[in-house]
Amino acid sequence: MKRATMKRAALLVLGCAALSLVLAEDAGIDLPHSKISATFKQESVPVEAPFKKFSGHIRYDASNPAGATASIDIETGSFDLGDPSYNAEIRKQAWFDSGSYPFASFRSTSAKAISPTRFEVTGSLYIKGRSLTVTVPVTIVAAGLSTAFDGTLPVSRKAFGIGDPSWNDVIEDQVNVRFHLVNASPSN
Amino acid sequence: MSSNPHASTIVAGSQTHYTRTAVGLHWLIAALIVVALVMGWTMTDMAVSPQKLKIYNWHKWVGITVLWLAALRILWRVTHRPPDMVTMPAWQRIAAHALHGVLYLLMLAQPISGWIYSNAAGFPIVYLRLIPLPNLVAKNPQLAETWQEIHETLGLVLVIVVVLHLLAALKHAFIDKDDTMRRILRWLP
Repeated sequence: MKRATMKRAALLVLGCAALSLVLAEDAGIDLPHSKISATFKQESVPVEAPFKKFSGHIRYDASNPAGATASIDIETGSFDLGDPSYNAEIRKQAWFDSGSYPFASFRSTSAKAISPTRFEVTGSLYIKGRSLTVTVPVTIVAAGLSTAFDGTLPVSRKAFGIGDPSWNDVIEDQVNVRFHLVNASPSN
Repeated sequence: MSSNPHASTIVAGSQTHYTRTAVGLHWLIAALIVVALVMGWTMTDMAVSPQKLKIYNWHKWVGITVLWLAALRILWRVTHRPPDMVTMPAWQRIAAHALHGVLYLLMLAQPISGWIYSNAAGFPIVYLRLIPLPNLVAKNPQLAETWQEIHETLGLVLVIVVVLHLLAALKHAFIDKDDTMRRILRWLP
């Protein structure tokens, strides 16, 4: 168990190093202008909270939408419910288990154009040691000199083992992950 | 006591009691205020749990119920003549009116301050899980802190005012032995 964690940590360091190389090459996601949040429902009340730390890159060429790729890494420990005790709870083993699984990620495997401003990305969603194939519709929005990619991905907490079952009658299974990702303008 | 002309004589056009509607609303709201205060007092110190979330939601629903019942009650109060007051010194009459005024104000202000606080903290209110109420303010952590303090302070003021109201009523009933309290106890002869 410990060894697996260390291995994962080593892989993560390698992954981050590789990612930073990639990021050095293309500008990656413009973090200050981008946003990833999760909206969950407690007692029918929709509550939206942001992930403060994430990184990644999206490659999209309007002349070849099917060639679009996306790779996103979200720090699970950066989920901010606006209250220290709830933030501590969500990082616990029953929820994100941020100690063992500091990152949730998405890796695209294919893309399909729907219209000039919309495309569909299929890929692997990796949360808490489980991986599921998901497809998410993405809307392309002009954002200054750059491009923004907007969308919502419904995620089942149960599918990824997020949350103690005792919460199930208070918090709905479906959580909507909303993203607004802006590609940093390519530097000269 | 025997010098009180209103206590025993019913003057034409005057009433000895509040209307049944006013009496019903008074006690219903009183009970809900106590429930909301007790929940508000205990829930904030609870450790994170599903029960805590549930109680928070119930606290909000009870508060919103007080808000609309109080609005109804004030509407009723301005459209229906309240019973006459027993004879008492002017300062007591003024104090009674002032205290009632503050109570009516708090019955509206306290739920509204909680509503604003909840919205500022990023929690919309869905009344009884059925009716989504409009957000009065957008999510704003700093604003949430301010309104948390306002809500807590008003809660404390409400406790003090309710206790004064109760003590005054008991004083009339057991020390002055007049009919003041009887006006709101409709089911008693």
